[in-house]
Amino acid sequence: MNWDGWIPPLLLASSLLPGLIIFTLAEEQVRLRTLLNLGGALVKLALVGWMLWGVYHGHHYEMRLALLPNLELVLRADPLALLFITLSAVLWLVTTVYAIGYLEGSPHRSRFFGFFSLCVTATVGVALAGNLITFLIFYELLTLATYPLIVHRGTEAARRAGQSYLAYTLGGGALLLLGTVWLYTLTGTLEFTPQGILDNLGAEHHPTLIMIFILLIAGLGVKAALVPLHGWLPQAMVAPAPVSALLHAVAVVKAGAFGIMRVVYDIFGIEFAAGLGVLRPLAWLAAVTVFYGSLRALFQDDLKRRLAFSTISQVAYIILGVAIVGPLATIGGLVHLVHQGLMKITLFFCAGNLAETLGIHKVSEMDGVGRRMPWTMAAFTVGVFGMIGAPPVAGFISKWYLGLGALEADQGWVLVVLAGSSLLNAAYFLPILHRAWFRQPPESWPKERSFGRQETAWMLLLPPLLTAAMALAVGLLATLPFSPLEWARLVAQREFSQP
Amino acid sequence: MAAPFIDLPWGIILILLPLAAAMAAFLWPSMAKAVGLVTAVAVVVAVVGLGWQLLDHGLYRHAIGGWGAPLGIELYADGLSLLMLMATALVGFAVSLYAAAYFKAEDAARFWPLWLVLLGALNALFLAADIFNLYVTLELVGLAAVALAALTGSATALGAAMRYLLANLLASLAYLLGVALLYHGFGSVDIAILATRIAPAPVAFAALGLITTALLLKTALFPLHFWLPPAHASAPAPVSALLSALVVKASFYILLRLWLELFAPLGAGAGIDALLGLLGAAAVLWGSVQALRQSRLKLLVAYSTVAQIGYLFLAFPLALASSVAVWSAVAYLALAHALAKAAMFLAAGNLLRFGGHDRIADLDRAVQRLPLTTAAFALAGVSIMGLPPSGGFVGKWLLLEAALTQGRWGLALVMILGGLLAAAYVFKVLGYAFTPAAVAHKSTAVPASMEWAALLLALAAILLGFMAPLLLPLLGIGEPFGANGAGP
Repeated sequence: MNWDGWIPPLLLASSLLPGLIIFTLAEEQVRLRTLLNLGGALVKLALVGWMLWGVYHGHHYEMRLALLPNLELVLRADPLALLFITLSAVLWLVTTVYAIGYLEGSPHRSRFFGFFSLCVTATVGVALAGNLITFLIFYELLTLATYPLIVHRGTEAARRAGQSYLAYTLGGGALLLLGTVWLYTLTGTLEFTPQGILDNLGAEHHPTLIMIFILLIAGLGVKAALVPLHGWLPQAMVAPAPVSALLHAVAVVKAGAFGIMRVVYDIFGIEFAAGLGVLRPLAWLAAVTVFYGSLRALFQDDLKRRLAFSTISQVAYIILGVAIVGPLATIGGLVHLVHQGLMKITLFFCAGNLAETLGIHKVSEMDGVGRRMPWTMAAFTVGVFGMIGAPPVAGFISKWYLGLGALEADQGWVLVVLAGSSLLNAAYFLPILHRAWFRQPPESWPKERSFGRQETAWMLLLPPLLTAAMALAVGLLATLPFSPLEWARLVAQREFSQP
Repeated sequence: MAAPFIDLPWGIILILLPLAAAMAAFLWPSMAKAVGLVTAVAVVVAVVGLGWQLLDHGLYRHAIGGWGAPLGIELYADGLSLLMLMATALVGFAVSLYAAAYFKAEDAARFWPLWLVLLGALNALFLAADIFNLYVTLELVGLAAVALAALTGSATALGAAMRYLLANLLASLAYLLGVALLYHGFGSVDIAILATRIAPAPVAFAALGLITTALLLKTALFPLHFWLPPAHASAPAPVSALLSALVVKASFYILLRLWLELFAPLGAGAGIDALLGLLGAAAVLWGSVQALRQSRLKLLVAYSTVAQIGYLFLAFPLALASSVAVWSAVAYLALAHALAKAAMFLAAGNLLRFGGHDRIADLDRAVQRLPLTTAAFALAGVSIMGLPPSGGFVGKWLLLEAALTQGRWGLALVMILGGLLAAAYVFKVLGYAFTPAAVAHKSTAVPASMEWAALLLALAAILLGFMAPLLLPLLGIGEPFGANGAGP
């Protein structure tokens, strides 16, 4: 018997089961909870490593389960899925360590980590989904699993943020459902297939297909925080820092961006979509989002809000890469999915450290903080240079390929977007660095906690250092096999290979 | 197949056992609880037995005392009956478990006999083969339900129960009149025989109008829902669960049966299917908006029932073109709603007992203090909203697919909008379950079995999302919705 089919469900179980057990634990059972958390994350990572190796060598990992008449629940690990899964598995482990340190001594931790694990399970499910209905199921599960994390603190502000989050995401989910059913009534299948499933539909269906495309992208664009559907993201910042980190780097926004990739590449097929003429408006929308996010970020004094608007802008790069037709731009978009995750999670970890250690929440309070917390700010600096796109940090690779791809596709205007947004990125990030490294620290910090000789607890410091190092490494070592860039190449080949 | 299940007359057992148990519980109140629990378990077993029989032999027909139609009483079961019996058995089992801990001495002595009568009557209704027996069982269900609603004897409960009783009696009268007209016009009360004789004559239309209106009133379809929210909200929690999950489904089941066998060709010609669809849409929107406006948890859940009933009626205008898929969706929705709504009412009952009130804004960190109950409410809510994976999602997907295939965008949008509104009212409750109340209240402990009963039902509603490949073929036994596409 071939056991390969069991690996995808095992991958889900590696976070689902620990999560369910954690719900039943008492608050004081810290050790068992930590063991389950880290054990699950490590098992998941090992499984992902196994599958990476297998897929690279042509293995096929797929599980099917009848769900509805003619529709199946399909879990499949193709190269694109693995790109996203690897990112989630790695960052889940790191974020778990961080969250354990961050939430030490705070109430309701069993509940928190339970939903945290469910959230990762849903994300992995989104990645593994082999057809649109499976994707939809996990996409909605993700919404439900993140809600308790956003309202975790139980304040009135948290409750309101939660309601707003749901209003956006469930609304988006409804559009997605409508689009999915409509598509199904036309095609009779929802299977993700390289180069799409719509080739045999005649031209008389094109107006309908355009409507479906709009519905699907609008539904997914909510989570990907495309303007004007981005309103929930800055509000969701009331959640604890590890949640923001996970939301921004891995789970929610990425699920949206990943879904747009699936729809464009594996439902419509990029060339078919280009023929429909829907990709150019999508590219414009992404460009607008890039600028809008950056412009709004300029004027935020709250550090987490500034990072949130920066996310809106950075995730739109991914969409931009998707919307430009051509292998190079595709590679740029795909690889940014990973790169943005590494860089943005670093920044959020650092912001959390500042808040936890010194009580700093605002950019205007960050004067001289580099001297008090040099390691944290060093990691922050790496993240910032990556966001701006300075070599050799990962962000440079993404922008380079996006730029090349734009030229290849004769869309020179994209270069203007890239250059302009890099300038804006610099404009809202560099002043932070200037304050942190070159200004005099104040007499006292807003709310300082002492950690002896260390600048902060090691469980808070290690994760950002690690992710910053990874952000550097994937930039420096981009041409090695199994680097995100090389993997993105593999995915792109599949989409553009000539039959 | 497993031999021990085959040979017993499970249909008879399903009816007589609860009625006998009701008698026993009435005569020996001290034993009532034990009798009730054993019966609830036995009914589950009997439904499984009947299911085996159906799988083996297809349709189930049993002529009581050997006298078949048109003279005697016949029992009849196909996939649709089986599904309704399953819903009754499952909900009945969980509610019995819950009630065993919920009711104290005197209330318990009143609750168990009435509930067992209701159980037997419901089973008999889902097994009845002629419209007169349907009337008798429906009447029995109605009276038991009214008595249960009045159980606490409080002024609000009595007022609500009185309104419920009057609505019920009016409906029964109209239904009986319709039955008499059909008997007069076509000389039989057996559904199968009537189906061969009925013709578009004035008498048939009059019967159609009377019977349909009566059943709509009992099912509480908008705008005939006025009696439902107060009655369901003021009853004790286990009773609310039974009323919302099962009793309204009983009259809907009769309507569906009669529509499928007798009225579909008449009704569709007269545009009644479109009218029912329209009322269903109005019910979905109106019920949901009203639910959203409530500040009391039990009223919110009760209005949610008004909305969810509406979904069942959205199917009528769609059924002409794809009968099997649409009615399967409706049956699935009915089952999912039965499980989820019972779970919701039981959870609401827990919250009410725990905090001593059901003001939504003062749920006071229920998510932390009563986690199992909150989980039950949330999971049931997922099915009510129609989010995946859940029984509600399966039903909604099938219905949505039919609507879009036929280009019925209005109906599709109502379904989507209803789901969003449901999410709004469910999460209104859940949001306040995270926040602390302004003034802390004293809390009363809730027995574990009451929490688990709610959670089990909610989990069943979620699990239903994965059961479609199993249940849809089961539902097709005896082809209750016609062979394919063209109606019965």
